Amino acid sequence: MKKIFDRPKSLKRVPFRYCPGCGHSLIHRLIAECVDMLGIRERVVGIAPVGCAVFAYDYFNFDMLEAAHGRPPAVATALKRVMPDRVIFSYQGDGDLAAIGTSEIIHAAARGENISVFFVNNATYGMTGGQMAPTTLIGQRTTTTPRGRSSRPDGYPLRVAELLSTIEGVTYLERVSVDSHRDVIAAKRAIEKAFVYQMTGKGFSLVELLSPCPTDWGLSPNASLRWMREQMAHFFPTGLLKDAG
Amino acid sequence: MAKVVAVTGNEAVANALRQVNPDVCGIYPITPQTDMMQRYASFISNGKVDTEAILVESEHSSMSACIGASAAGGRVVTATSSQGLALMWEMLHIASGDRLPIIMPVVNRALSAPLNIHGDHSDAMGARDTGWIQIWSENGQEAYDNTIQAFRIGEHMDIRLPVMVCMDGFIISHSIERLEYLEDAAVKDFVGPFKNLFPLLDLEKPKSYGPLILTDLYHEYKRAQHEVMMKVKDVVLDVAKDFEKLSGRKYGLFEAYRLEDADIAVVILNSAAGTTKDVVDELRDKGVKAGLLKPRLFRPFPYEEMAEALKNTKAVCVMDRSDSFGGYGPLFMEVSSALYQMKNRPALINKIYGLGGRDYLPSHGEMVFNELAEIAAGGKIRACKEYIGVRE
Ligand SMILES: Cc1ncc(C[n+]2csc(CCOP(=O)(O)OP(=O)(O)O)c2C)c(N)n1
Ligand code: SF4
Ligand SMILES: [Mg+2]
Repeated sequence: MKKIFDRPKSLKRVPFRYCPGCGHSLIHRLIAECVDMLGIRERVVGIAPVGCAVFAYDYFNFDMLEAAHGRPPAVATALKRVMPDRVIFSYQGDGDLAAIGTSEIIHAAARGENISVFFVNNATYGMTGGQMAPTTLIGQRTTTTPRGRSSRPDGYPLRVAELLSTIEGVTYLERVSVDSHRDVIAAKRAIEKAFVYQMTGKGFSLVELLSPCPTDWGLSPNASLRWMREQMAHFFPTGLLKDAG
Repeated sequence: MAKVVAVTGNEAVANALRQVNPDVCGIYPITPQTDMMQRYASFISNGKVDTEAILVESEHSSMSACIGASAAGGRVVTATSSQGLALMWEMLHIASGDRLPIIMPVVNRALSAPLNIHGDHSDAMGARDTGWIQIWSENGQEAYDNTIQAFRIGEHMDIRLPVMVCMDGFIISHSIERLEYLEDAAVKDFVGPFKNLFPLLDLEKPKSYGPLILTDLYHEYKRAQHEVMMKVKDVVLDVAKDFEKLSGRKYGLFEAYRLEDADIAVVILNSAAGTTKDVVDELRDKGVKAGLLKPRLFRPFPYEEMAEALKNTKAVCVMDRSDSFGGYGPLFMEVSSALYQMKNRPALINKIYGLGGRDYLPSHGEMVFNELAEIAAGGKIRACKEYIGVRE
């Protein structure tokens, strides 16, 4: 019988230990499939964040470097500059990229670094137990906003992709989601494109992936997908924000 | 009337903060502190306190916000661990240099790399030279008591310095123990209302904090910081006396446990001191004159008092749950500085234990005391600094 579906070579043969229904497992797989498809497994280096995906190096079957919380874009910049023939990506949560590491991502983008950034937005600090992140929606309950986020005094959610779209150094920006089959296919295409742009020297790419965190949202995996469609996607509309490639 | 409860260290300290009801609190999560500030956030949401919470985007911003709020004249708290404390480093010096009495529980955790979330003292030891007062706690009760006392110490009109209250990550922060809460009103009364000293926004007398001071007076400014630190010991003891009246619990600059007639002794911080006290008791039952010294005030360090307390011992082991690679453990360096001033001093060795949450067991303590007994009996010192509990 012909085998038509297998684990990507870029994933180790270990089961994911993320929570059931977590977007990280799915997104890891999409990245691994793209790396296989582009045949770059032996020259890709990923940067793992601090956040639930701190364990990314347990799953990806290629070199990974662990950065301090929020610092992956600066680390990626240096890796790419000293090893321009390698394909460098950073994998970052919304706490990592949009809170503690906001300045790193803005300046890497402003410099137009030739790297690929995968930004996993689950509207919370997943790893530390579901506190308010800058991406938390108004009204969303978190452990630090038990009555729901209110614009006063907690401020408004941050749309990082839109913010970055004003920066000339950015080549490719797209927001995707992983809440349906169709979206997952679009997400994979965006990840592939971010890699291809880097490989053809086109410059800075960032793909924002809306991703479920059933555990900290206090929802079942299924209800989480619904919440993403009904709530998250309104504030964070999916689609292409910039393509100067 | 005190209330007896079964709570975790984080819960106890969060409750102490609730009882004090500070004006401003910087909140940002990091394991193992997260759950303390999370509890505090729910006190705010439930209207139990009137604190203004600032949910910041990093610890660097958290300490910056605390500095602003404190200079404006508020009673200010935040809490952190590990990488968070490391990221605050720049601001820690500014808080103490500006003489702002910010109170900060530090739930001790190892530092990266490699990444590790468990308890050791590398974080706070890395901040020992930042000009903050440091008080260390063996268990949840001490963490609770020390947090309450910290307000009186840091806010004392002769002191006005920020205070870190340290406790061991997970071992204390996440373990449930029996402890006694004071009455809300008693804590409020003990701590007293916040008194301002040179607040901003005083239109009659405008102020600047942290101006540029170069070769003309910077040196004098730093000496002034040293001098105020020298006054802290007395204030700590006075506050402890008042606290004893209130709670019946006695605190000093350190705890001397069966040390008076001890020949051999261990100096050890925080939770591992509890484990070691059991070892001391067992040895005492066998007729071995063993004792223990557990530092409480680490900054300023009580050199003379400690030398006095250890003066009759023959051999002492200082146990560090952090390391200064290429040097001795930080606690060892302090104790040896204290002992050097004495004519007759005990033999001194240094053991590094429990890094990144590695278990510290009674058998480790026993091993150390056995070695001390040999040294005290005239045996040679094998190695001045050694790691124990290492997997080979
Ligand atoms: C300097 C510093 N501060 C705080 C932390 C604690 N911390 C660990 S993960 C995390 C939030 C992660 O959230 P996010 O990036 O959204 O990742 P997720 O777990 O949601 O995927 C925080 C604040 C840290 N590791 N380092
Ligand atoms: S806490 Fe949320 S982000 Fe983290 S593994 Fe679980 S579902 Fe995923
Ligand atoms: Mg997140």
